[in-house]
This record gives sequence, structure tokens and C-alpha cells, in this order.
Amino acid sequence: MKKNKLSPAARREQNWAYLMVAPTIIGLVVLNLWPFVQTIYTSFCEHLGFGHYKFVGLANYIEMFQNGEFWRATWNTILFCILTVPVGLFLSLLVAMLLNAKIKFKGGFRTIFFLPMVCAPAAVTMVWRWIFNGEYGILNQVLGAKIGWITDPNFVMVSCAIVAIWSNIGYDAVLLLAGLQNIPKTLYEANSIDGAGKVKQFFTITLPMVSPTLFVVMIMRLMASVKVYDLIYMMVEETNPAVTSVQSLMYLFYRESFVAGSRGMGSAIVIWTVLLIGLVTVIQFYGQKKWVNYDV
Amino acid sequence: MKRSSMESSKALNTVLTYVFLILGALIMIFPFVWMILTSSKTVPESMAVPPTFFPKQIMWDNFVEAIKSLPFLNLYVNTGLMILFRVICAVLFSSMAGYAFAKLEFRGKGLLFGIVLVQMSLPSQIFIIPQYQMVAKMGLANTIFALVFPGLVSAFGVFFLRQTYMGIPKEIGEAAYLDGCNQWQTFYKVMFPLTGTSVAALTIFTAVFAYSDLMWPLVVNSDLNMMTLSSGLATLRGQFTTNFPVLMAGSLLAMLPMVILYLIFQKQFIEGIASTGGK
Repeated sequence: MKKNKLSPAARREQNWAYLMVAPTIIGLVVLNLWPFVQTIYTSFCEHLGFGHYKFVGLANYIEMFQNGEFWRATWNTILFCILTVPVGLFLSLLVAMLLNAKIKFKGGFRTIFFLPMVCAPAAVTMVWRWIFNGEYGILNQVLGAKIGWITDPNFVMVSCAIVAIWSNIGYDAVLLLAGLQNIPKTLYEANSIDGAGKVKQFFTITLPMVSPTLFVVMIMRLMASVKVYDLIYMMVEETNPAVTSVQSLMYLFYRESFVAGSRGMGSAIVIWTVLLIGLVTVIQFYGQKKWVNYDV
Repeated sequence: MKRSSMESSKALNTVLTYVFLILGALIMIFPFVWMILTSSKTVPESMAVPPTFFPKQIMWDNFVEAIKSLPFLNLYVNTGLMILFRVICAVLFSSMAGYAFAKLEFRGKGLLFGIVLVQMSLPSQIFIIPQYQMVAKMGLANTIFALVFPGLVSAFGVFFLRQTYMGIPKEIGEAAYLDGCNQWQTFYKVMFPLTGTSVAALTIFTAVFAYSDLMWPLVVNSDLNMMTLSSGLATLRGQFTTNFPVLMAGSLLAMLPMVILYLIFQKQFIEGIASTGGK
């Protein structure tokens, strides 16, 4: 093993390197790696209180899979992704294309669309609760309706989806705008000599060229949507009867672990969510071959 | 003839672009406008049918009421300190590790960087229960330290800054090394100053993320005086279920510092958050 014989300079370099990564690695092991292992173990345990656990094997998982609320939360999470991701991406791409045109006040528009990003979800959802208020909310007043946007089980998910889309549109648009700006202008010029229409241009040039960026944004948005918690928690409090119709997996995780105190069950839920995220990722990476264009 | 029809269709396009953008901007801005307007209304005014758009007066009382119900001064200080310490840790430790992973050779590099990647790909909730138990065991719940705790190191920061350091030509480091700098001096005198844009981006990203975070502060600091703006607002929500003017005033107070910073540093915020590519 020649490898062991490092030159003095190489040895010094290595020592410096260890010193420089040490805080990060120690931190990651203590704060993340070990907790990760603990969470897996805890999912096979029952919490007896005060941090004491009893090993119960698969009991948490069996209980979880027999629990209607759990399946409802899984479905709610999937539904939330279905409602927010495609519509959100479509609108973000639209905004990005509008911002990519030769217009004045581009920076001003960008600033406005991006604004929800720097506002804590806790604060912006508050005003949405007010807009959606069933009795006095401005939305019902304008529509002349009496819809319980956040109390009616049939509407509450849609309301949360609207807030989610509104919150993320500017951020996704900024990312997509960067993708659009990388498309060489000459492609469009050559194309417009052929006399192709705007719509055709979109499908033959814009969409294929921006598809790698679109893919990245979609993955990111999907991941964030599977983990959604704060927005729904702020929109729909635990005492709201409509909560089961909108409660996501992470919301259920929070309630199980920190309100009900069943940390074993909470851990099982979070493990399930990680598996779900893994599944989504795998599907996406196989699916991308069909529509993402890396040739150009 | 053809030319003029093309020009007019171009003009129509421009008009439509503006119409859509202005419409979109109005939808984006309306909730904020409505928040400001409502925060100055009396309760009966806010509930009037048909709705009154503009308040008759500026109601400072709503803000006074919000400040009475929530210790806003504490919330600002707690949130500010949490952000400060998280940013310092993220920038300092991630710069060091990012540099080492990008520019230095050492045994076990791949494995150690693997740990960074694993952390990045797992949702933060998977760490929360054990992290909470550690803080509780140390008897440090309801402290600033508890708020900072999960942000002591930033795997994302390491990943992000490693990219930055990889983009710096290695000749620059070698030149410094030949001038007699050791690895540490090369890092902090020569390389680190070159990463200003990325460090700014990481700072903004870390700050906005910490500021928005809700689950961790809610779990770890249950004492109202030790809460952050986000978790404090969640409490206010339960206190005033129908008094929306006070809720709006409180939300406005919580949002204001970050929004002001954003309006001053728009370019850095947007480009910083966009370049870090994820929240």
C-alpha cells in the first residue's frame, strides 16, 4: 500500500482538510445522521413518556396501515401535489414568458411576483384566512356566495392549493425565466423566417429548450409539496372540523408526535413519507426520458 | 399591407402581455393591500356588508392590541438572533468544508461528502423528534440556542459553496501556496474573499428559511417570550378568531422587517434565493 506514504506536503494538506470539514461532519453526525438512525428505531417503539421507549416491532406500522386518518392524510398529500404542481408550473411558465418579453418595469413585476417568497407562511396565510372567511370574507362578498372556503370539507383543499400556488408562482417563474433567457435568440429568428406561428414556436422551440429547467423546478416543487405542513397548519387549525379533509402527512406527523405524544407513530409516519418521496423521485427520473430534452 | 398587419399584431401582443402581467400583479399584491387596509379598520367596519374598501381612520389601536397580546419585541429579538447565529454558522462552517471538499485531497473525502448528500436528500422532519429530545435532555428548551440548534451546520451550504470553490481556478490557490501561505491562509486570505456573491446568496437563503420555519420553533420553544415571529403568529391565530383587524396588524408587524430588507436588496434577494435553487 503506497497510499500510506504521503509526502509531508500532502500530509499537511490532509490534516488541514480534516480540520476544516470537522465542524460540519461532527455537526451532521450529531444533528442528522444519528437522529436519522434514531427515528428509524423509534418507529419500531412505543413512547412511554419522558424519552423512554419500549420495542414493539411492527406494531406502529400495523396500526398506521389500519388507520383511516393515515390513509386520508396520504391521499390528501397526493391530492395537494396533483392540485398545486401542474397548475403552478403552468402559471409560472406563463409568467416567466411574459417577463421574458420586451417590456418596461420588468424588475418591478418580478419584485411583486416574488414577494410572497420573503413573507413567512404564518403571516400570509393569515390574510388568506380573512379573504376566505365564510361570513365576512371579501371573496364571498364579491361572488355573492356563502361558501365555507376553509370550513367546508369540499372546498378546504382547493383553498389551500390556491394559497400554495399563489405563494410559489414568483419563485418558480424566476427560475424558469433564467432557463428561458438561455435560449439563443437565433433559434427564434430562424424559425420566424419559416413563418411559424407563436403557438407552434412554443411547442417546437421554447418548451423543448426550457424542459431541463422545468424538470428541476417540478422535482423541487413536488418534494416541497409532499412535505407541506406550515401552510395547511396555519390555514386550518386542529379544531376545525374540516381538518381531516386537508391534513397532510407532515401535519399528521406533527399532531401525532408533539400533540398526542406518540413519537413511535410519528416516526413511522415520517418514514412512510420518506419512502413516498423516494418513489416520486424514481418515477420522475424514469418519466423524464419521455419529455426532457438534453440534446441542445 | 402585410407589414402593417404584422406590426399591428405585434402591438396587440405587447398590449396583451401588459394586460396579463398587470392582472397577475394585482392578484399577487391584493392580499397585501387587503392586509394593510384591514389592519386599520374597526371590527364592525371589517365585517360590513357590503364591504368597505378603505378604512375611515388609521387605527393604531389594532397594532397596540396586537403588541399587547404578543411580546413583539421579544419575537423580533428571538427571530433576529436565531437568524444571526444560523447565518454565522452556515457561512463559517460551510465555507471551510466547501473549500476542503472542492480544493483539498484527503482520505475518506467521498464518504464524508456522502454524509452531506444524505442529509440534503432527507426531509428535515425525519430529524425533529431526536433533535427535540436532545435539546430537552440538555435542558435547553425555550432558549435561543434551541432555535439555532438544527441550523448549526448546513449541508446545503456545504454543497452550494463547494460548487462555488470548484469554479475558482486552482492556479489562484497554487500561487498563494507558492507565496508561502499555508492551506488555512490560502483559504481565508485568498479564496474566501472571492466567494462574496455566493456567501451573500447563502446568507439570504438561510435567513429567509429560518424566518419562515414554523414546525421547529413551535415544537422546541413553547414559552411565548421565546417564540419566533412565525410561531408567535400561530399563537395569535388561536387567540383572536374573529378580530381580523388585530390579526392583520400582527401579521403586518411580523412581515415588515423582512419585506423592508427585501425591497432594499431586491436584486440580491431574488438572485440569491434563485441561485440556491430550493426552499
